[in-house]
Amino acid sequence: MPIYLDHAATTPLRREALEAMLPWLTDGFGNPSSVHSFGRRARAGLDEAHERVARSLGATPREIVFTSGGTEANNLAIKGAAWAGKGRGHRIITSSVEHHSVGHTVRYLEKFWFEIVELPVDRYGRVDPDEVDAAITPKTILVSIMMANNEVGTIQPIQAISERVRRHKGVLFHADAVQAAPYLELDVAALGVDMLSIAAHKFEGPKGVGALYVRHGTNVLAQQQGGAQERYRRAGTENVAGAVGLAVALELSAAERPVTAPRLRALRETLAVHLRTLEGVQETGHPTERLPGLLSVVAAGLDGNAVTMALDLAGLASSTGSACLSGSNEISHVLAAMGFPEDEAAGALRLSIGRINTAEEIAEAARLIAATIGSHREAAERLEAQRASALSGPAEAVAAAEATGE
Amino acid sequence: MTRVLVAMSGGVDSSVAAALVKANGDEAVGVWMRLSEVADSYSEFKRSCCSLDAAEDARRVASQLDIPFFVLNLEREFDQGVLQPFLDAYLGGRTPSPCVDCNSVVKFGALLGRARFLYDCEAVATGHYARVAAPAEAGPAGYGLLRGRDPQKDQSYFLYGLGQEQLAHTRFPLGEMTKPQVRDVARALGLATAEKRDSQEICFVPRGDYREVLRERRGWKAEPGPVIDVDGRQIGEHYGAASYTVGQRQGTGVAVGEPRYVWKIDADANTIRLGRRSDLATRDFQVEDVRFVACDPPPESEDGLRAEVQIRHRGRVAEASVRPLGSGRWAVRTDEPVWAAAPGQAAVFYHGDFVLGGGRIARSEDPVAG
Repeated sequence: MPIYLDHAATTPLRREALEAMLPWLTDGFGNPSSVHSFGRRARAGLDEAHERVARSLGATPREIVFTSGGTEANNLAIKGAAWAGKGRGHRIITSSVEHHSVGHTVRYLEKFWFEIVELPVDRYGRVDPDEVDAAITPKTILVSIMMANNEVGTIQPIQAISERVRRHKGVLFHADAVQAAPYLELDVAALGVDMLSIAAHKFEGPKGVGALYVRHGTNVLAQQQGGAQERYRRAGTENVAGAVGLAVALELSAAERPVTAPRLRALRETLAVHLRTLEGVQETGHPTERLPGLLSVVAAGLDGNAVTMALDLAGLASSTGSACLSGSNEISHVLAAMGFPEDEAAGALRLSIGRINTAEEIAEAARLIAATIGSHREAAERLEAQRASALSGPAEAVAAAEATGE
Repeated sequence: MTRVLVAMSGGVDSSVAAALVKANGDEAVGVWMRLSEVADSYSEFKRSCCSLDAAEDARRVASQLDIPFFVLNLEREFDQGVLQPFLDAYLGGRTPSPCVDCNSVVKFGALLGRARFLYDCEAVATGHYARVAAPAEAGPAGYGLLRGRDPQKDQSYFLYGLGQEQLAHTRFPLGEMTKPQVRDVARALGLATAEKRDSQEICFVPRGDYREVLRERRGWKAEPGPVIDVDGRQIGEHYGAASYTVGQRQGTGVAVGEPRYVWKIDADANTIRLGRRSDLATRDFQVEDVRFVACDPPPESEDGLRAEVQIRHRGRVAEASVRPLGSGRWAVRTDEPVWAAAPGQAAVFYHGDFVLGGGRIARSEDPVAG
């Protein structure tokens, strides 16, 4: 069985969540909008899911909108707030290290004459709360900043940011907490957010379900039209089983957090200690303000895609930073924003440890990563030497040198 | 278990190649090479891309075969080694051989290097119809490159640039098979690509019009220039010399009794010269950048050798004497005339099924205009 160190991409569904979901995939199949007993039963299950998620977030049940996942929650928050606030203003403030479900959504809105401000980050990927403050104008309607970064694990000073946003009346604050959810406390009142996105599959819940917290009284325009589901904020027959699975997984992850977080932090530190000994390997993200189980590095001069591919063949699942299968060699916008030059950012490697990982797996992973980076470094140096010697020759000569290693 | 990287294009041939590598007891690893920019960056307006569909087909087959699958980005290598020389050729009035470059520079160059030195693979396998012969104890030293068994599909012409070290790490699982047999295997295995049509066009030229790529990448513009007839008279105008290839009949916009063909192209003077069918027949031409497959190629000082020469894919072979001129340049004299030996095209030397080597047809010295 290969070792799975890609929990930032997704996590396995935990048994408790699965078992809580099963009744809703079998006997409890009713449509929550139906008037009969089957409908009422499903409706009760959905209501309970709302209540449990609300409790976990320090919110009220009607402030929770179930969605198809984190991407939809972010889309609903941003587009919903943008279109609802269009009468007051058109300026939206975000950061340069957001997930594409935020970054690409604001770029979409830009086509419709919204003004988008992407705030820079420091070399650890942190936004300066004072810059948020300074960027807000009377035309600003929304600030959207992620709670923790999915590629490098840096945690943003959300409370300090929300404090600044609060100084400006009428500006909404949305936080994408998809990556933060299992590891950080999500008390919406303490965080001071108007909207907060989560996705179940990041905390051992099912895929295809997420939730958006929308503070009572916040005006958000629905992004899909149809029935009256989720108090008109999200039309479409509800995914009752998914909502229940999300609720259970969220509760458990919160309850276990005091045990899980330090354990993951220790495993991560073990792995980091090993990787620090490797030449040319540099940790990325904030040294302390970071997710406990996420270790991200850049190996200068190496191709991160090639390293993850070789690791996969060796039995270790890892990532370059975000799940991408199309073979694009675009470098990470997150690392670019943090100031990493292209040749360093190309060597990105992300290892995200989860609750299922054992100390033995981490030791084995450290060994595999060291061996792979070592052999790739060797191959890269040999290639560089050949390129230099065949520089004046035709492309065939370079290629032949590459293929033969001579 | 030997690990073999299989270059999967999303077509039926490379799908079956992957299946056969696995059936042979080797550990097959499928890769789809991303060779040019495709629509995966953020844009509301880019259409879905046919080449990504090909990657999806390859991925589907890999999962059917239960082998690992990755997309490898070789855009830079492809651009430098294949696309730029392709454009250079047209702009220089020559006919490009991109498949030859792609094999020697990309598939059995950059890809093979990565396979061996990054992914611990013993070899690269492709769906080419060609054969590799292991060094025989008695026979000639080194690996041999042979025509594929199916004469309809033989692709050895595009592979002459492979040297010994490359052949030592090359697998052509379809070499002994015919296309119908390959389809049968694909059907029997229920592969998603079993009924997929063969591709006909140059894979990186959208809608088959390379002039679009010339415009886009090199700022080429169609500028009218003179069309010169056999007798040296200007008899019309053409639409840019780079739009033509030697041997082409249509598109010269000129009608003069006996059929005319593009005979010579002078890109610098933006002039094309037409000839009658008989004018394009020749027994003598030169070949440059000649390479030989064997580890002991014939020395350039010798008198030369007899060989069968092939000047286009699936073209007929011509018995010929091949004589070295030095610096990788060889003179070919065929026993019977060959037709439309286009500068830039590959000329490949064979002994029966064995590929001896080959090179690119050189431009003849005589002037194009009058």
